[in-house]
Amino acid sequence: MARLGVKRERHLIEPGLYTMGKPTKESPVFVSANYTLSFDALRSALHGNDCYILVLDTKGINVWCAAGKKTFGTNELVYRIEVVGLNDVVNHRTLIVPQLGATGVDAREVRARSGFKVEFGPVRAADLPEYLKTHQATREMRRVRFTLSDRIVLIPVEMKNFLIPVLIASVILALVGNYTAAAAAMAAAFTGLVLFPIFLQWIPTTDFSIKGFLIGGVTAIPFAQNAFYGMTNETMWVRYGWALAYMLVIPSISAFLALNFTGSSTFTSVTGVKREIFLYMPKIAWMFGIGIILIIVLIAMKLLEGI
Amino acid sequence: MFNSYLSNTLEYYPELCINCGMCSTVCPHGVFGPDGKVAQLVNPKACMECGACQLNCPTKAIKVESGVGCASAMMLAAVKGQKEVTCGCDGSCS
Ligand code: SF4
Ligand code: SF4
Repeated sequence: MARLGVKRERHLIEPGLYTMGKPTKESPVFVSANYTLSFDALRSALHGNDCYILVLDTKGINVWCAAGKKTFGTNELVYRIEVVGLNDVVNHRTLIVPQLGATGVDAREVRARSGFKVEFGPVRAADLPEYLKTHQATREMRRVRFTLSDRIVLIPVEMKNFLIPVLIASVILALVGNYTAAAAAMAAAFTGLVLFPIFLQWIPTTDFSIKGFLIGGVTAIPFAQNAFYGMTNETMWVRYGWALAYMLVIPSISAFLALNFTGSSTFTSVTGVKREIFLYMPKIAWMFGIGIILIIVLIAMKLLEGI
Repeated sequence: MFNSYLSNTLEYYPELCINCGMCSTVCPHGVFGPDGKVAQLVNPKACMECGACQLNCPTKAIKVESGVGCASAMMLAAVKGQKEVTCGCDGSCS
């Protein structure tokens, strides 16, 4: 539920200092965001340890996103250290900050302003027990991954944003009596929102938009084939028209959704995404526009025929 | 062909590097390697421009235009005429 952004306010942790087990003045201090999933991951990784968790006010956003916005950042960290009086709580002067916080936390400045040395721990809280044995992170622990399961948990988030327009489009198409086109709208959205994230790493090429075009093309083929061979009581032109419309609209929708997915991926650079928008957005818009006009004309022709 | 991610804004000036190792610690994509007399730029193409290395390099040996690589945010910013792009990724990126 937290991922869907439903009732977000219930997923805020009060910023401040928390204890686990029975910490002493020598126990380690871990820094976290006040986003439930970040905090819970840390707590379960540290289960059985005696330690402190310093929760920053990141407005309920996870460490990485918050670090990008600098709410998980140098100023908030220094401020929070003062507010909780960390100087008096522990004798040592070391904080373990998740590595992904480094985008917002300047370790040297934190030290200069608060006296605390920042040690960047592993990317994933789950690696903490292993890390704590030596305080050395392996190469693996320092890398962000974007595995199948990482991507699958994002599917509902992406779906939430596009569900309503897709439903409206399908309902309109169904109302004008074209159930195949309604199914095609659903299939296009399903391809971009579900199949694309799942197959991301196996689709050839690196650009998200091209990957989206490719996988959308695969989805479009049966619809185009059906239009071409299935609509036997229509004229040749209508069959051509529908086949073409499917081949234009479905890939453009999935390419757009794929391009949009760059926001959730953990490796796309701003420069690259900008280049993609610049290169492919006009093509996507043209394909979509021409396809939609074609569909409107075809449906209008059909309706007029019926009168 | 079809690779928009071959180049980016990452710049590295090895003559400024004091080999503190911070960049290879903070980088989530293994762009810098710690082996050698100075930091080695081992995989510049993998850089996602998060800016962690630039922020934490003590000698300003690294420059990168950091920002959120998020298409919807950029398109929205372009439409609204904003300069700064802020990602609306509330919990959608972990
Ligand atoms: S952070 Fe800067 S000084 Fe330190 S190793 Fe990297 S480039 Fe060199
Ligand atoms: S900007 Fe981020 S991804 Fe790029 S080299 Fe620096 S730390 Fe690595």
